[in-house]
Amino acid sequence: MTRLLAATLAATLAAIGTVQAAPKDSIIIGMTLEPPMLDPTAGAAAAIGEVTYRNIFEGLTALDSGMQVHPLLAKSWTVSPDGLTYTFALRPGVTFSDGARFDCSVVKFTYERAAAPDSVNAHKGKFEPIASVACPTPETAVVTLKRPTGAFLVDMGTNDAVMVSPVSAAGNKTNPVGTGPYKLVRWVKGDRVELARNPGYWGGPPAIASVTFRFIADPSAAAASVLAGDVDAFPLFPAPETLDQFRADKRFHVQIGTTSGKTILALNNTRKPFNDIRVRRALAHAIDRKGLVDALGNYGTPIGSHEVPGDAGYIDLTGMYPYDVAKAKALLAEAGIKPGFTMTIRLPPPPYARRGGEVIAAMLEQVGITVKLVPIEWAQWLDQVFKQSDFDATIISHVEPGDLDIYARDKYYFEYHSAEYNALYKQFAETNDPATRLALRGALQLKLAEDEPNVFLFALAKVGVWNADLRGLWSNEPIFANVVSEMSWAK
Amino acid sequence: MKGVWRRRNLLAGLVLTAVILAAALVSLVWTPYPPTAIDILHKLAHPSRAHPLGTDPFGRDVLSMIMVGARNSLLVSVIAVALGAGGGIPLGALAAARGGWVDDLVMRATDLAFAFPALLTAVMITALAGPGAGNAMIAIGLFNIPVFARLTRGAAMAVGKREFILAARAAGRGDIAITLDHVLPNIAAVLMVQATIQFALGIIADAGLSYLGLGTQPPQPSWGKMLNDAQTYIYKAPLLAVFPGLAITLAVLGLNLLGDGLRDLLDPRLRRAR
Repeated sequence: MTRLLAATLAATLAAIGTVQAAPKDSIIIGMTLEPPMLDPTAGAAAAIGEVTYRNIFEGLTALDSGMQVHPLLAKSWTVSPDGLTYTFALRPGVTFSDGARFDCSVVKFTYERAAAPDSVNAHKGKFEPIASVACPTPETAVVTLKRPTGAFLVDMGTNDAVMVSPVSAAGNKTNPVGTGPYKLVRWVKGDRVELARNPGYWGGPPAIASVTFRFIADPSAAAASVLAGDVDAFPLFPAPETLDQFRADKRFHVQIGTTSGKTILALNNTRKPFNDIRVRRALAHAIDRKGLVDALGNYGTPIGSHEVPGDAGYIDLTGMYPYDVAKAKALLAEAGIKPGFTMTIRLPPPPYARRGGEVIAAMLEQVGITVKLVPIEWAQWLDQVFKQSDFDATIISHVEPGDLDIYARDKYYFEYHSAEYNALYKQFAETNDPATRLALRGALQLKLAEDEPNVFLFALAKVGVWNADLRGLWSNEPIFANVVSEMSWAK
Repeated sequence: MKGVWRRRNLLAGLVLTAVILAAALVSLVWTPYPPTAIDILHKLAHPSRAHPLGTDPFGRDVLSMIMVGARNSLLVSVIAVALGAGGGIPLGALAAARGGWVDDLVMRATDLAFAFPALLTAVMITALAGPGAGNAMIAIGLFNIPVFARLTRGAAMAVGKREFILAARAAGRGDIAITLDHVLPNIAAVLMVQATIQFALGIIADAGLSYLGLGTQPPQPSWGKMLNDAQTYIYKAPLLAVFPGLAITLAVLGLNLLGDGLRDLLDPRLRRAR
């Protein structure tokens, strides 16, 4: 009897043991913004990449949290000495989650689609240097460029250059089909996106079986969701003012890092009076960047041009327009702006914009400018501001790394047009020599700071909070991504 | 007038309302600091002599913000009540005077308006027309119209059966003249009490709308927005939520007490019952 009891007890204990040992293999990630759709090759919203990059979609190359290039769908590559021909050896046996095969024809389709005149790719310029894609064998892709392009391998590792299948590309906005370790289970609009392991993944099953991205825009709701354990990780946490509480709590890990987010007060350069350089410079003098960052308490770093500290080739131009109310007033008077002039700033939902807008409005009031703040939703921002350029000013963070090209575009929402800058940029884009590239990058930043098409505010810091048992999240986010296959739960 | 001093409700209501009103009026000419002035060095300061109610995360003076917030809130409510009374009283009087299908039409329309939850519809209106104090006034005001229409009709019908109205009618006076000269003066007291109560409801509605970001827009301070901002700082600086909350509570309490007190004072039947 005793033995039987002991045996039962042992069995029960063993059972409990197994239950406890079953490792947690799902994760819930919080995000502030919901992606407008899920096709990274058709939109500029960073939230698309946060959900899909290297989870659903993969490119030939991959970028890590230090912006280093790694092989992904290309096992290896060689570059011709003149820098014009890239020969990629493609990974064999890769299929899309719908079963379609990945081979060189997909590479050709993807790149030609992105470069096509009717392409809606947000960074079409990355594909413009491509002259042709040839497929000598299904597992070899030969990309020939029109001119040497220094950043080509980096560009092909970004969100915009992920591989899409000719069969499913048209439906990727709502039903994304990629070669990645995860596939879409469902998207509950306004609430969450659920992904689960892609059983046919070429790289074998990742540690995390399923991931849910939950969209929580309100900072206090975000903080509460992490505290309550409803969300396991908030990699870009919107409520930095609550961090002390998380630091004091052993259940959580708090991470302060860097991003490539250049937060700017973007101005409509074709609209009066912002087409006057004196007005733009006056605005730059009127805004105390250090004070702004302190007020927001978001760990940002003031910047003086469209580049963040830590980027290769960054030059510090924060001294160019020191905070100087008298100077700002003088410049405004010179430009014929009377005190009481009213401007409208459109504010998308992130706190850096909504709260930042209040601080900037108070600062501009000091120089006699009345600011009307108009909060708008993300979809409205993309439509009115980004697409139609219907705005005076807006506050936005450009999170794409090395995106100096946006100032050289014929059509971009802030409408900066400078022949001088364009020439300089052309020279930069076509240079392969690293030292010359760095020098030119500096020259570009200087030119932007001189023209001040936008008021450059601060580099967005990465403020993340997550469960202390969670491993593998990026400490810096030069590109906005949550690579779930690198994540796992500590035993 | 002796009666006034015996009524504690009325007195308390008068005092509270006067304090809020005074704060709003004074803010027109003077506040301790400009309400939108940012002073990062002194952010989240505790109450002190320099800042009697402390400062917010941007270093703005909370007392100044509450004072200007009172002005903004009262303005929205006053206009909303004016809209409601201006639209509702003529409609109600018309329904009572004409009766028949006019009465039916007006009353069914108010039924329809009552069928929608007021605040929810106000949220919808401001979401459609764009957030802002102006649209908040209109949204809240629209929902005051049926309230006043109903009340005016009921009270006017009751008065309409009295002998002096019949006498006026027999003397050949028209509906408009009778309404203006005899009906309205006799129901003014009821309407005034209702206006006070709608005023209090207006303040709550305005605070609710601006809490949701649909009412008064920043940088203009508003009580609702202050409460919303205080939310994430609830552990770090709980007082930030206390002061605007207190302001809303006192304003609404004051107006409700005032309304109650006025009703007691003006309604002779209640007076006799004491």
